[in-house]
Amino acid sequence: MARYAMVIDTKKCVGCMDCVVACKTENQVPRGFDRDWIVYDTKGIYPTLQTEIRSERCNHCDNPPCVYCCPCGASHVHERGGVVLVYPEKCVGCKACMAACPYDARFVHPEGYVDKCTFCVHRVEKGMNPACVSVCPTHCMYFGDLEDANSEVSRLLNERPGHRLLDSAGTKPQIWYLD
Amino acid sequence: MDPIRELITTRHNELVDPLLKVWGVEIAVYLFLGGMVAGMMVILGYFLFKGRHKELRCSCALLPGLCIVLLSVGMLALFLDLEHRWYFWRMYLTFKPASPMSWGAWILLLVYPALLAAAFLRLPDLIKDLFASLGRAVEKSLANSAFVRTVGISNMVLGAMLGIYTGILLSALGARPLWNSSLLGPLFLVSGLSTAAAFVHLIARDPYERVLLAKADNGFLSIELFVILLFVIGLLSSTDVHINAAKLILTGPFAPLFLVLVVGLGIVIPLIIQSLAVSHRIRHTPIAPVMVIAGGLILRLVIVYAGQASHWNVISALK
Repeated sequence: MARYAMVIDTKKCVGCMDCVVACKTENQVPRGFDRDWIVYDTKGIYPTLQTEIRSERCNHCDNPPCVYCCPCGASHVHERGGVVLVYPEKCVGCKACMAACPYDARFVHPEGYVDKCTFCVHRVEKGMNPACVSVCPTHCMYFGDLEDANSEVSRLLNERPGHRLLDSAGTKPQIWYLD
Repeated sequence: MDPIRELITTRHNELVDPLLKVWGVEIAVYLFLGGMVAGMMVILGYFLFKGRHKELRCSCALLPGLCIVLLSVGMLALFLDLEHRWYFWRMYLTFKPASPMSWGAWILLLVYPALLAAAFLRLPDLIKDLFASLGRAVEKSLANSAFVRTVGISNMVLGAMLGIYTGILLSALGARPLWNSSLLGPLFLVSGLSTAAAFVHLIARDPYERVLLAKADNGFLSIELFVILLFVIGLLSSTDVHINAAKLILTGPFAPLFLVLVVGLGIVIPLIIQSLAVSHRIRHTPIAPVMVIAGGLILRLVIVYAGQASHWNVISALK
């Protein structure tokens, strides 16, 4: 059983937003909304400050609260790869999933249903990478199957330390950021 | 020098940024009316169980109809909050045990028959005269004390489930630290009971019921105060994110509303007024019940809005 995940090398990301544009184009994301975005995270004690640039999106958690709280089964885990998706035709727009997501990764599509990153599952099923990964000019994003020990994502996580966002929230996110 | 942390994001999704605001007044009104109706059902069920329906001026003649109207207004507010509202029926095509909202949808469906059964026991004479067979069925049901008690118990049980559900709906959403407390269910239940006691106190025609409900309300308000104290202590003795969430209602932008309008004018002052009234030092007036009802509504508004402003990221625009 595949377990899709994304690994992002924060040492290579320059925050160019190509991933954002690619996602908007590929998935026809409505104007004014984002399925993925860039975060500049600065921390430290002045003048020794460090900025990490991250491309963020839905973390396709292994323990997805958005799926558990959905009253009509619209939010669900896709049979392939553990990808968290939404059936637009089942969604009533109650927004419980938006309140349940600690990453605030979801938004209400102008047509009324809740929308989010799909890991471009329609491309992945054809053997392609998600749009954001495929356009990254610095090649800082990697997508693959964590269950496959020989995949690039598994190899990178074995070789380099990384972290996940809000790990303490307990949702077991499937996007790793290499330190 | 203290360490700093600054987050800058390019995301600007409506209802999400800069702070989550997916639920507004509609949900607060729904939770308030749902909680108050839940309390009214418990009171109604208790009166039926105790056989007070035989009393001519018993509130149980008015309560079922009022409950149905108020709950329907609350459900209208919920319906208006839905973004894909004409798909609402999809909630009834499945049951998701892990989803409090799914539980709520089905509990709401069970509440109406229980209220209709209670209304049936005190049908207005006009309807009984118009439909003689219906009148005979009512008389037959009233003669069956086991049936009346069953209706009473059903209303109490479903009322308690509805009241707890309104709190669990929020507390199950662990992404919002302010809501992430198992005490939110009991808090909303006891707040629903206190607002319901205050409301029935206002409409009661029987002086015995008014005194009984004022005494009950004093008990509910005291318990509510204690649960709020435990709720705050629970947050303050937890992690940084929970402490920051508690600060939102204790020292932050929601503190005036919470401390003055909810705790002060919504619980403490009416508790003092009603204690004086119950001990015959002052007359019973509608002032205290109205303050309790307003406090119950503002409690839901504060919890709904402040909960969305609390976040697992320790950084918050409202910190």
